[in-house]
Amino acid sequence: MSVLTLPAQPVRGAEPALRPVPWRRMIWVTWRQHRGMLIGVTAVLAAVSVFLLVMGLKAHHDYTSLLNCHPQDSAACAAIKRDFNNTDWPVSNTVAILIQLMPVLLGAFAGPAVLARELETGTFRYAWTQGIGRVRWTIAKLTMIGAALAILTGAVSQLYAWFFDPAREFEEMNVLAAGVFDTRGTDFAAWTLAAFAIGAFLGMLIRRIIPAMAATLGAYLGVQLLAWLVLREDYPVAIDTTNARLFSGPSTPSSPWILKTWTAGSTDWWRYIPVSRFWPMQFIESGWLLVLAIALGAATVWLVRHRAA
Amino acid sequence: MNVIETAGLGKRYGKAWALRDCTVAVPEGSLAALVGPNGAGKSTLMNMAVGLTLPTAGTATVLGGQATGSPVALDDIAFMAQDAPLYRNLSVADMLHLTRNLNRRFDESAARQRLTDLGIPLKKKAGKLSGGQQAQVALTMALARRPRLLILDEPLSALDPLARQDFMATVMTAMADDGVSVLLSSHALAELERVADYLVVLGDGELRLAGPVDDLLAEHRVLTGPTATAGLLVGEFQTVQVRRAGAQAHLLVRDAGPDGTVPAGWEAHPVGLEELVLAYLRPGDGGTSAAAQNVPRTELTEVSK
Amino acid sequence: MLWVTWRQHRGLLSCVLAGFAVAVAGMLYAGLKIHHDYAIAAACHPAGATSCLLLTDWFNTDWHLGNGIRVALLAAPLLLAMFAAPVVARELEGGTYRYAWTQGIGRVRWTVAKLTIIGSVVTIAALVLSQLYTWLFVPFLTTQDLTVLSPAVFDTRGAAYAAWTLTAFCLGAFLGTLIRRVLPAMAVSLCCFAALAAVTVLSLQRHYPVAAFWPRQLFESGWLLTLSAVLVAGTVRLVRRHAA
Repeated sequence: MSVLTLPAQPVRGAEPALRPVPWRRMIWVTWRQHRGMLIGVTAVLAAVSVFLLVMGLKAHHDYTSLLNCHPQDSAACAAIKRDFNNTDWPVSNTVAILIQLMPVLLGAFAGPAVLARELETGTFRYAWTQGIGRVRWTIAKLTMIGAALAILTGAVSQLYAWFFDPAREFEEMNVLAAGVFDTRGTDFAAWTLAAFAIGAFLGMLIRRIIPAMAATLGAYLGVQLLAWLVLREDYPVAIDTTNARLFSGPSTPSSPWILKTWTAGSTDWWRYIPVSRFWPMQFIESGWLLVLAIALGAATVWLVRHRAA
Repeated sequence: MNVIETAGLGKRYGKAWALRDCTVAVPEGSLAALVGPNGAGKSTLMNMAVGLTLPTAGTATVLGGQATGSPVALDDIAFMAQDAPLYRNLSVADMLHLTRNLNRRFDESAARQRLTDLGIPLKKKAGKLSGGQQAQVALTMALARRPRLLILDEPLSALDPLARQDFMATVMTAMADDGVSVLLSSHALAELERVADYLVVLGDGELRLAGPVDDLLAEHRVLTGPTATAGLLVGEFQTVQVRRAGAQAHLLVRDAGPDGTVPAGWEAHPVGLEELVLAYLRPGDGGTSAAAQNVPRTELTEVSK
Repeated sequence: MLWVTWRQHRGLLSCVLAGFAVAVAGMLYAGLKIHHDYAIAAACHPAGATSCLLLTDWFNTDWHLGNGIRVALLAAPLLLAMFAAPVVARELEGGTYRYAWTQGIGRVRWTVAKLTIIGSVVTIAALVLSQLYTWLFVPFLTTQDLTVLSPAVFDTRGAAYAAWTLTAFCLGAFLGTLIRRVLPAMAVSLCCFAALAAVTVLSLQRHYPVAAFWPRQLFESGWLLTLSAVLVAGTVRLVRRHAA
């Protein structure tokens, strides 16, 4: 039987000093290994975008006819209003509820898949003994996938904000309301990035995919409740006032958003955010979410370094 | 230069020590056989050598003093883990491409050639290959990295006897042609008996025996004689194992070697590698493990081949 | 099979049971609070006075609580569809079906037993939760512009919620058996169930041939249960004909 061999290599020492494996090699590696997930996510987001575009055009059209209808209390205009309430509003509301789940679901599907899957299937024994080293491997993957998800969801959220505007104005919802605020501006992308970071970290900690996915859902819910119920009250854009007249009129989309009220002695206090402070508030929230994502990423890399096997 | 050098190396998971007080020095250019039963700590030792696990106690260096897991070590050491893990949904060609991207040095065309010669279809998904084919793919990728040290964790377990022969032949040729050093673990010692230069025996997380094969075989012999006088000899010689079979007793002793004196009424025989390993793994009555015997370690200096 | 199912799907079942316990405790607390606050606000006279208006304001925050619970209830079947997929898919992807399906019980009975046990647990849990939520929701039928027939209210009461939960589970199990790979099956299952629910609420429900509450409940539960049965039959067929 012939012995199958590889050709002999040239004499060692003739090689120049080798540079480290370049980062750009990880682009193909990340793409090939996570191709399915990335394509799937893009396809779903594309389908969602088409839906938002089509239904958004309809919603805008219907709402414009509603606004342009005169006189407002006639039977004809009431009919238009009823139509909007029965067709455009339910669709918008359903999408609004489902889109709240998008960041956490993306994070749950993408995050643990990076690390937990390698650990669960044992392929980390291959991947982390290659020349590039496991730290750079991890950093490259987390950064590339995180960036891709943030960019895609950032784009979709702009489209969604446009889609939802007629319904929002119809129901007179404030842009600062929970659920509305987090799906526009930079917030949606930031929440997605945070969810992904949570998923990747928990994947490395728990080392098994499905439990990590479930834990990601739970952890994200915790962070979101923390933001909604606790943190938002203390963002440094809020104003404390005793001036009750600011809140005496009917609640409109541009009314100040009340965070909490309390009584000190005999005076009533309100803490509120004027709608004009929308963007500062976006940057504050996106900011701490980004910091959280980076911190979790660093913690993940630390775990990879010190608790690989 | 020693390709693998450890001093008092140990790893603890929680309360249990998977490996304890392990000191070995594998010289460059040798084929080191790492043997022991399941759970002995072979994979733990290998994981530390490739930098996947950090030691809890002691030190380990590779390739003449490099830190394990360092970029130099990663470059020059190729590892094939137990059960040859490959990405199941990637084709063989994809796996080669992947390995090329993850390393500075990879001879992709040679790897493709070898796999084609072996009859392994490059377009097939790695998960659909047979166990033997997966092992061949993993070995091919490891060798194509042109490493100085090849570490193989139980590579023969998935292979049929023919494939085992091929596999070992490839490894030996790489050693001869390219000067690759090899650390290979197995619990089938018969395969390695003829080719191993260096031996490490682990049992229950302990180092039982380590050293160059030639030296070890020269240092040990089996004394056969009447059971009645066996007790006297146990104290006189450094006894590794005593086996009593009725009126006859066999003592495996470690001493100066065949020139040593043979007591009256006794015979001396050289010992085979498999017998030696089994004896150290199961000392039996009257014998003690290497650690307790304070067996002299191999000298940790330059060893010329 | 009871022990085997528990042992193999400990994670899923304990999450379901833990979620159930938390939901029951939460709804008991919230429900009592909501009923209490509503009783006080309703008993306040005269209705236009500032003090009574303040009570009504407080009660409005209770709506956020009640609505939040509703969103959680609606999300639960969605997540169940997702996590039901690995029940069969994980064995197929991991190769352990080669052990499970060569045991004495046989692959069909193995699968049917598992699906029945887990399916029953989630359906009963869903039934209990929906009745509890119905009780919690009573005051809101007066204060909010909602009736028992409103979409997404209708589906949280009667038999409909339990039927939806069962369908979610059966869909997940079926797609897991069909697709055989865990992560893709979870994703497809999630999307399919979300699509089914959205299409039903937005479109199908308008075309129901009956108008009153209980007839509509029976109609919806009926077709959902039929769908579940079809999915289970499909799952069994796939298992029977699976070639390794």
